[in-house]
Amino acid sequence: MFILRIFLIIVLAPILGGLLTGLDRIISARLQGRKGPPLLQPFYDVLKLIGKESIEVNTFHRFYVYISLIFIIFTTVIMLLGGDILLAIFVLTLGSIFFVLGGYASNSPYSVIGSERELLMMMAYEPMVLIIGASLYYASGSFFIKDIVSESIPAIVYLPGVFLGLVFILLFKLRKAPFDLSMSHHAHQEIVQGITTEYSGRDLAVIQISHWYETIIALTLVYLFFATNAPISKVWAISACSIVFLFETVIGNACARLKWQVALKSTWIITGILGVINLVVLSFFK
Amino acid sequence: MSLISILILFPLLTSFLIFLVRKENVRNAIVLVGGFITAILTVITVVQYFKDGIALSFQNEEVIDIVIVVVEVIMATYIITMGIKNKKYLVSIFAAIQTPLILWFEFTQKKGIDVQSSIVFDKLSGIMVLIVGIIGSLICIYAVGYMKWYHIHHDSYPKRKSFFFAVLFLFLSAMFGLVLSNNLMWIYFCWEITSFCSYLLIGYTKTTEAKNNSFRALTINVGGGLAFAIAIVMIGVNYNTLELSTLIAMKPESMVLIPVFLLCIAALTKSAQLPFSSWLLGAMVAPTPSSALLHSATMVKAGVYLIIRLAPLLGTTSVGRVVTLVGGVTFLACSLTAIAQSDAKKILAYSTIANLGLIVMCASIGTPESIWAAIMLVIFHSISKSLLFLSVGSIEHQLGSRDVENMDILMHVSQKLTIYMLIGIAGMFLAPFGMLISKWAAMKAFIDSNNILIVIILAYGSAATLFYWTKWMGKLVANANVKKITKHKFHIEEEVPISIQAVLVISACLGFPLISEFAIIPYLSHAFGTESLTIISSSNATLMLVMLSMLLLLPISFIPLHKNDKRRIAPIYMGGENTGDNVTFNAAMGVKRDVELRNWYLKDYFGNHKMALLSNIIALTILCVGVLLLILGVAK
Repeated sequence: MFILRIFLIIVLAPILGGLLTGLDRIISARLQGRKGPPLLQPFYDVLKLIGKESIEVNTFHRFYVYISLIFIIFTTVIMLLGGDILLAIFVLTLGSIFFVLGGYASNSPYSVIGSERELLMMMAYEPMVLIIGASLYYASGSFFIKDIVSESIPAIVYLPGVFLGLVFILLFKLRKAPFDLSMSHHAHQEIVQGITTEYSGRDLAVIQISHWYETIIALTLVYLFFATNAPISKVWAISACSIVFLFETVIGNACARLKWQVALKSTWIITGILGVINLVVLSFFK
Repeated sequence: MSLISILILFPLLTSFLIFLVRKENVRNAIVLVGGFITAILTVITVVQYFKDGIALSFQNEEVIDIVIVVVEVIMATYIITMGIKNKKYLVSIFAAIQTPLILWFEFTQKKGIDVQSSIVFDKLSGIMVLIVGIIGSLICIYAVGYMKWYHIHHDSYPKRKSFFFAVLFLFLSAMFGLVLSNNLMWIYFCWEITSFCSYLLIGYTKTTEAKNNSFRALTINVGGGLAFAIAIVMIGVNYNTLELSTLIAMKPESMVLIPVFLLCIAALTKSAQLPFSSWLLGAMVAPTPSSALLHSATMVKAGVYLIIRLAPLLGTTSVGRVVTLVGGVTFLACSLTAIAQSDAKKILAYSTIANLGLIVMCASIGTPESIWAAIMLVIFHSISKSLLFLSVGSIEHQLGSRDVENMDILMHVSQKLTIYMLIGIAGMFLAPFGMLISKWAAMKAFIDSNNILIVIILAYGSAATLFYWTKWMGKLVANANVKKITKHKFHIEEEVPISIQAVLVISACLGFPLISEFAIIPYLSHAFGTESLTIISSSNATLMLVMLSMLLLLPISFIPLHKNDKRRIAPIYMGGENTGDNVTFNAAMGVKRDVELRNWYLKDYFGNHKMALLSNIIALTILCVGVLLLILGVAK
């Protein structure tokens, strides 16, 4: 039963993530006055990529994306099985670091710049991610996701500031403008395809699939702030996830890309303000 | 003679012997054998006493005290004369105040004070002895290989190898004494010896820079020693005791807190916390084995060891808060500053100071969980940092540079060193390696003790840590093309200690539940009287171990795949202007230009003196507030 659950998570999470990516592309197209691709386009893309010849610049750099994918899947499983949120965050960071190392390993100018930017973005959003883990523990008294979602009062009541911070950093995680510095789906970016410049074929498909998993991880974090032991709360939590996802898509289309300086400063300042105020206020009620 | 006396005296004797032997081959043999025996002795001692611990006292302690006094006077005379000779008057003043103070105390006040057990071996001393004995002797063995080529690269420095190796062993002896003593006078004596040894090691090359830096180290540490001496006198006069264990068992009232605060100041100077950190950065001028020794197994660990010992008196007291904040400021400021460094040893130095800040934070919070994290951090930091320093030392020999920017060709020069470096770096910050396990526990302990500010500091500091280590790893995996490689000999005395330490990093991570179960938790339940402490639940520990085995097995599973793979290797993309060799591109006017890829150092943000100055001022202010609180007597 346990194995079956893990299996289902590994299979269903990317399917849902892929559908969300398809939806994202349709919404983006509509916002830009286009019709957009079919909903299943991301799957077609990946299938086509898998069938293509892989061209590499050296024999090392593709391993990193596979290792990265494995750890991202690991994170998804830990989170959806109700495991420890800090552990999930650490594993996710490990996955992201391998992805960055892949960019470095190609030793290609555009990839390396992409890696540097990706790493800088990680440094920008990591404090908020850790504060999210810490404050969920502070509010619910447990690091385990299964305990966090079975409280009687949703975490959002205690942690509105931290939640806003989460919405902000999800722009990084979902690779949305204004923070899509390291790589972009759009053509003619100033650093070509950034970190993914030197990947093609199956390796690029793996990167797409990792992104699907990451979308699910991101929305699970949103879910945690709303879910309680009441069954009806699941509905609220899922609607919150949908609204946040829609919001991120709209922001992504409405903004221009920011410089890394602005990305770092704004994120650290917002994290500091929202995190500190929220936790200090909370500590008065504790 | 008990095993413990042998453990302390053996490195001392080795040190004398090495100092007297001038013949290179014989001396190297003595160092190797001495290091090996020290490690064996360490293990035997720990196996012997670890389970039950032991408290010792000696019959002829008066004789030992006299010897100590004589050595102290000689040392003080030397420091005072050298200070005056080199126009470093501050150090002379410090020494001229503290030694008479200690002498006065020794001969007039100490008579009635009865010291029950001068040596106490408990689980914490056991852990420290293992760190000092094993890591320390590995560093001594490594030094044999390192010094073989050191003077070939730096032929302008005077050769004083006998002196160098002798001081290394003296250092180990003093550290053993420091972590095993329970008598504050003895701890103080060993404390001063380690300060003096680090002065000798830093000044090894006798250049002007080395001289200045060694005096800076001495001044700061002797200043800390002065605080220590005053604390001893206060404790001795007011409470009629000289035992660390008695001091710890006291209630944290304001009369106790003043000497505790002074001891913490001494510990902060030794652990190079802001605003006292400049000496450790200056210590880089010394040959790498001595940096490795200062940064990992000895010296800086003495400071945090003392704070961990004093932890029951810190906690929620004002002294505890002050020390926690100083640690926090140090952790954050040095993690950020490390981003702007490209000299490998500098990055390691800043990371040491930052991690010591983290240990200080954890220890001074004073809850069992946080002390658990602090001890774990000490263990993991020692092993990983020593591995990193030794690797960097050898890399410097192989590449002729220790700039991280030049390490992108390391994979071609030495795959082994690349892997050791990657293991060391992973050990410093990545899940599922050691430092992260401790950080995780620390996070929990900080929230549990309601230290919101510290949680936020930890979050930002960790993000900065992630940045500077990953970009270094990026250079290591870059696998850049090189046209010509000159390979240097990688001595066996270098390779063996490095590989043992790499194995230690991994096995410490695999074995962390055991370390916790059999060493740290028993120590904590003894010190705090708490039973059944779970820090990291067993399911999480299992998951971490699964991850670690995944990481270890992954590279193996990939190797056979790419042998019969039909993948096409193409030149890297350079906007269509790659000349085809991946090293040059067609620039304007048809000129071939070299591709240079550099890491980001964000120097405008983190590399400036303004930040260094600001963080020092903040730390100093916090300390001053602490002093004020104690003077006004508000502190509880």
